[in-house]
Amino acid sequence: MMTLRTYIMHVEDLPGVLNRVTSLFRRRGYNIESLTVGRTENPGVSRMTIVMEADDDAARRIEANLYKLVNVLKVEDTTRRPCVTRELALIKVRTSNQSQRAHVMQLAEVFRARVIDVAPEALIFEITGTRDKIEGLAGVLAEYGIVEMVRTGAVAMLRSAPEQVNEIQEEPRATSAA
Amino acid sequence: MSAPRTGAQILWEALAREGVDVVFGYPGGAIMPAYDALLDSSIRHVLVRHEQGAAHMADGYARVSGKVGVAIATSGPGATNLVTGIATAMLDSVPLVCITGQVTSRLIGTDAFQETDITGVTLPITKHNYLVTKVDDIAKTIREAFYVARSGRPGPVLVDITKDAQQATTTPVWSSAPVRMRGYRPEHKAELDDLARATELIDRAKRPVILAGHGIVKAEASGELRAFVEKTGIPVASTLLGLGGFPATHPLSLGMMGMHGEAWVNHAIQEADLLIALGMRFDDRVTGKLDTYAVNAKKIHCELDPAEINKNVRADVALVGDVKDTLEALIPLVTRRDRAQWLQRIDEYKGDSAVRDIQTMPHDGRLFAAHVMHDLWRITQGKALVVTDVGQHQMWEAQYYKHDHPRKLVTSGGLGTMGFALPAAIGAKLASPDDEVWVIAGDGGFQMTACELSTIAQEGVKLHVAIINNGYLGMVRQWQQFFYDGRYSATPLKSPDFVKLAEAHGLTGIRVTKRDEIEGAVARARRADGTCVIDFRVEQEDSVYPMVPAGAALNEMIRRPNPIVETAEDD
Ligand SMILES: Cc1ncc(C[n+]2csc(CCOP(=O)(O)OP(=O)(O)O)c2C)c(N)n1
Ligand SMILES: [Mg+2]
Repeated sequence: MMTLRTYIMHVEDLPGVLNRVTSLFRRRGYNIESLTVGRTENPGVSRMTIVMEADDDAARRIEANLYKLVNVLKVEDTTRRPCVTRELALIKVRTSNQSQRAHVMQLAEVFRARVIDVAPEALIFEITGTRDKIEGLAGVLAEYGIVEMVRTGAVAMLRSAPEQVNEIQEEPRATSAA
Repeated sequence: MSAPRTGAQILWEALAREGVDVVFGYPGGAIMPAYDALLDSSIRHVLVRHEQGAAHMADGYARVSGKVGVAIATSGPGATNLVTGIATAMLDSVPLVCITGQVTSRLIGTDAFQETDITGVTLPITKHNYLVTKVDDIAKTIREAFYVARSGRPGPVLVDITKDAQQATTTPVWSSAPVRMRGYRPEHKAELDDLARATELIDRAKRPVILAGHGIVKAEASGELRAFVEKTGIPVASTLLGLGGFPATHPLSLGMMGMHGEAWVNHAIQEADLLIALGMRFDDRVTGKLDTYAVNAKKIHCELDPAEINKNVRADVALVGDVKDTLEALIPLVTRRDRAQWLQRIDEYKGDSAVRDIQTMPHDGRLFAAHVMHDLWRITQGKALVVTDVGQHQMWEAQYYKHDHPRKLVTSGGLGTMGFALPAAIGAKLASPDDEVWVIAGDGGFQMTACELSTIAQEGVKLHVAIINNGYLGMVRQWQQFFYDGRYSATPLKSPDFVKLAEAHGLTGIRVTKRDEIEGAVARARRADGTCVIDFRVEQEDSVYPMVPAGAALNEMIRRPNPIVETAEDD
């Protein structure tokens, strides 16, 4: 059964490594939902968070194929493990009058989104959270007219206390195959 | 310590340190520093006529020697000409190191003369590749490249070296410590409890079949396979690339499986209650339609590459590791069994087809390709090293030339690259000079790389070349006959006079049109000083049987129509 999966990967920070990873996904016919990459606490090591849809078999093969890339140091499929994921989005909303503006700001408050730019015709909100939360806000703002939206894609980190799963429940996660 | 050297000199020294004695290549601007330094190296260089040939020669050399083959080319067109050869090696897991020159580093990205992003081009068809822009990285990169190419599941590695890195000087640092790479872990070992589960399945099975693949040959596991088979009494079916991994004349050898496999082998697989896959990857050419494949069989998959597990066929037990180690571990665990009933059942299947095509073909003066294969096998006593091209002749060779030893059949399986045989045979011969090497090629594929006849002449390599000349791109013609209402689109083929072509290269050429000329022609070819090309004018519209149509179940085979009464004089 298809599940939304999040992989955390550590790779050598060398030219072309991102290309090798994305080339593998393309060649094997897997569709990436989001991919982020950046530096880590270790010099020479970059970290990627990749979100994609796959069933259990495909997921195992993706992991095995990623390990065949010589520059890949570590791959973790976090799908069934306690983990936090966050994404950041900027959303520009059209506001034609004062009362509408107040209304929109109130709504955004509920989602703990921050206003980071105010102009006569539009507001920009910044929101950090899970995919569900961002999509929730985008959903309500859509009624007022979203001018543009940009999302970073998810970053993920395994939790250090795996037995505590409270935080996990609020994570957006498609139901798993089990 | 050692004196300062140029990158080019370091390159050759690094190759020599890896045990390289021959490379196959073609010079050009961006690799000229390396070619200049070649003159001072003791490594033999074979000048090819097209870089595709260099990659195939290195490939043939690697498959026969078990060592890493080396091809070398210039930037741009030289590098792109290697591509087909690299892809061929990738799909058949052949260890190659391909070295290409690249434009000077400061010109990279400017579309400079003969600049091609060859690491980008070859990214999906190499196991790994490198762009080297600094002289200090050359020695280390070559060492890593050889290590990656030959370890784990082998494959081609490309090293692209800029011209300025070849020209710059440095004092090389040579290391003999084992190569360590942070992210590369090629070794795996089967888990003990999986071995126990496999043993239980093997001991319980009533109708087991072993599927022996290329991995048996690569892992040098023929001895272990034989011991395992003789203890368990389980019959062995082979993939095309597995042929020779288990002796074809052994009583428990069934023969080849798959699209053009033996009918009884495919029936046995479909009826099996256990398949033990050893170093094979359930390619679509061996499984037929997947959801009809061996539906009642449990599957044990012994394979070095974890990414192959559950790719096409779901494994009940996966033994991930070197197949030689896995067999060694299994042999003491499994119970000695007699499988007379199962073998008898398979024999019944053989009954209707064991005396097949060749014997049922009348000796009416016509020359069939199957005659040629069978007679070559008989005359060479099954001992030749045979290199085949791609097409009908490749399948007939696999069916009629029985290989009893590993590394005696070299063929392009995964990619099915026409033009492979002639250059690959040059590499094969250099890897094993004492072998009698036979090239078996179609009239089509032979012409794709026929320019290498001139390499053969220049290098004084002795090959025996059998062109199975049917006047068609035969395998495609066969599909047109079966599946496209006999509409022969672009398959009739006019060829040059192959005898004269051989003579034009200073080689010997012979034409054979009747079966009783085969023996004499082979004798003449063997006596000839250099390479001899034999133009076998065979029956033009013969087809390879049996055949599982693409996408059909393995047991749904097209059989030779109106079998003619047996005239079994052979075998
Ligand atoms: C480079 C390449 N191009 C095309 C094909 C498709 N193809 C497979 S078999 C075949 C016909 C081969 O003809 P020939 O070499 O005469 O051998 P025959 O089948 O007649 O024995 C072709 C065109 C291929 N395998 N490789
Ligand atoms: Mg032909």
